[in-house]
Amino acid sequence: MPLKNKHLLGLAGMSREEITLILDTADTFKEVLERPIKKVPTLRHITVVNLFWEPSTRTRLSFELAEKRLSADVVNFTTSGSSAKKGETLKDTIRNIHAMKIDMVVVRHSSAGVPDFLTRCVDASVINAGDGAHEHPTQGLLDLYTIREKYGKIDGLRVVIVGDIKHSRVARSNIWGLRTMGASVAVCGPTTLLPVEIEQMGIAVYSELDRALKAADVVIVLRLQLERQQAGLLPSLREYSNRFGISKEKLKLLNENFTIMHPGPINRGVEITPEVADGPHSVILQQVTNGVAVRMAVLYLLSGGPARPGEEKVEA
Amino acid sequence: MKRRKSSPKKKSAQKIVPFSPVVEETTPSIIVGGQVINPASGLNCLADIYLSDGKISKIETKKLLSKRTIMQQKPEAIINASGLYVIPGLVDNHVHLREPGREDEETILTGSEAAVAGGFTSICCMPNTQPPLDTQEAIKFIYERARFARCHVYPIGAATKGLKGEQLTEVGDLVAAGAVAISDDGKPIVSARIMRLALEYCRMFDIPVINHCEELGLTGDGVMNEGYTATVLGLPGVPEIAEEIMVARDIKLAEFTGGYVHIAHVSTAGSVELIRQAKARGIKVTCEVTPHHFTLTDELVKDRFDTNLRVNPPLRTRRDIQTILEGLQDGTIDCIVTDHAPHAIEEKDVEFDQAPPGMIGLETALGLVITELVKPGYLSFAQAIAKLTHRPAEILKLNAGQLAVGKPADIAIFDPETQWMVEESKFRSKSKNSPFIGRRLYGQIRYTIVSGRIVFAARPTN
Repeated sequence: MPLKNKHLLGLAGMSREEITLILDTADTFKEVLERPIKKVPTLRHITVVNLFWEPSTRTRLSFELAEKRLSADVVNFTTSGSSAKKGETLKDTIRNIHAMKIDMVVVRHSSAGVPDFLTRCVDASVINAGDGAHEHPTQGLLDLYTIREKYGKIDGLRVVIVGDIKHSRVARSNIWGLRTMGASVAVCGPTTLLPVEIEQMGIAVYSELDRALKAADVVIVLRLQLERQQAGLLPSLREYSNRFGISKEKLKLLNENFTIMHPGPINRGVEITPEVADGPHSVILQQVTNGVAVRMAVLYLLSGGPARPGEEKVEA
Repeated sequence: MKRRKSSPKKKSAQKIVPFSPVVEETTPSIIVGGQVINPASGLNCLADIYLSDGKISKIETKKLLSKRTIMQQKPEAIINASGLYVIPGLVDNHVHLREPGREDEETILTGSEAAVAGGFTSICCMPNTQPPLDTQEAIKFIYERARFARCHVYPIGAATKGLKGEQLTEVGDLVAAGAVAISDDGKPIVSARIMRLALEYCRMFDIPVINHCEELGLTGDGVMNEGYTATVLGLPGVPEIAEEIMVARDIKLAEFTGGYVHIAHVSTAGSVELIRQAKARGIKVTCEVTPHHFTLTDELVKDRFDTNLRVNPPLRTRRDIQTILEGLQDGTIDCIVTDHAPHAIEEKDVEFDQAPPGMIGLETALGLVITELVKPGYLSFAQAIAKLTHRPAEILKLNAGQLAVGKPADIAIFDPETQWMVEESKFRSKSKNSPFIGRRLYGQIRYTIVSGRIVFAARPTN
């Protein structure tokens, strides 16, 4: 097993070497995605189940594509809402699926800690596709990949994450990953959406967008969930947009050759204006492409490698 | 914060000695040669205790029985407590016995078996059963079932009808039937108006209103302490002020009404500080703390999201533990309770944010008190045992917690030096939701005696 752990639960504690290995492996798979036949037989001996307890189109699609490009057998299990509502517990659902002899599980759930819980219920490798507000490691990895692709490195870059940090698993995974890879990280959001003591993660914390953006290289814009306003955390989306929305004027504060990123889906006009989202510095769509390559790399590395020892991971 | 100078260490056995519990049911006449500690009177010396008719008939400190005399007695008449500590049976003012309604989790009987395994001879059960203990019939039911229990069981009546927080219960009836206090625990008494009325009304009966202080609006959907660990895990947090705001409120209400409030399970530094100031002003307030709140911190949740670490109030930080230890030392915190909260396996074996809060505690309390408070030198044995015996008994006016001639023979005998390991299979409680499984503790109960009868004994199995 080239990676220390047979699971990918989060980027907290993952070493620089491991992250670099995943990114380098993703390079190779990205090349596969440029071919006319975008398929390699590498994981044809593997069965993967996508266990998505939280609705998700893009992440699930991205994983499914990655799995299929690797020729794995794919099973999808999606359910909306907590399994408790359906009567069957999480544990029983998982054990039932596991009894069908699955090799890998990709899981997304609204409760933090579920992927960790699964590692004790099944023999399969568990990949966290997002657990509550805790971690979304493959998103963090594809963001790192995209930054590295553009700048050739990550060390020394100044990255600002803007938005609802409190409820964001993307923010947390990105903070861990970026710090490990040597970037300096800041977060920026309204005070009611900043979690307590987050500066202890080794980052700068701002509630003023202008100060946060000053001399930054990369801006990762987070989606503002409409429910936050309903929960009373914000007086209105309009006020959020006025104070924290990324618009063309704000871009002047950034360093030359800046980059705009967003994990998607975008709320056009709320956290980001259409011209910025579609502008020349935006890599939002590259992120999506890279997502498939990075997920292929993760699946490959956790599966233990090719079906037969000695077999090259990419056929000529 | 100061640590006591610890007494010269006895050579303690590092080896884990397995014990198996045995029920003996005999009624010994003499407990011989033990180190007798009775914090209420300051007694702390070798002594022989004579029992007769379910009561203590003599505590002999001068003319101790010789080995030869001991050998001449019938073996079942004597407990040889040489090398052991003999203390009043422990008193727990805050347990959840789940009967009526959730007998799958615990019954009065099984809860009492867990209690005596932990050295407790008197326990007080909270009213949040199904149905709740909000009528005299319900209170009488508890006493009726308690006739078959291993230890004394005292019900705490509900403060409001149905625990709904809207109308006071017929407190007079409850007290006449034997309720020792009123409370709406596991919930707070939300309305300041109802809390005021409860405090005023209870002045007629001279009982405390026990409140679980939690401003629910500030708790929100929190599942653990709001702090750095919750931030890293992305879990919604319960801020410390959720407890402190209501502690402050209840202190003011107690002052205003002249009533008596007992604050349940304090968990934050701020609460301890508020209570300290209130006591200095002569306000009738007392409070309690659980062993998990002076032992565990919120950081532990990071390891495996263990749902046995989910508890209400939540585990807090190192700083809170420091202040709680100071509060135990200076008397701000009056007593130690377990808040024993059994939960069925299937209810706890779920996502962290779906698990009900609570952990069992009767069988690990003394071990944790000795290991975490006495051994490190924060409290002496006598000071620690006071918090588990006569102080809780005083608060609820129970005839318990003391070794004295004429008092009920409710006694615990334990070995302070041997280490033992907490094992799930050994729990007497019906439920096993404890985060202390696998932990090594000092202080193992060897005998528990209730009304002169041995209701629990542990034999070393080597």
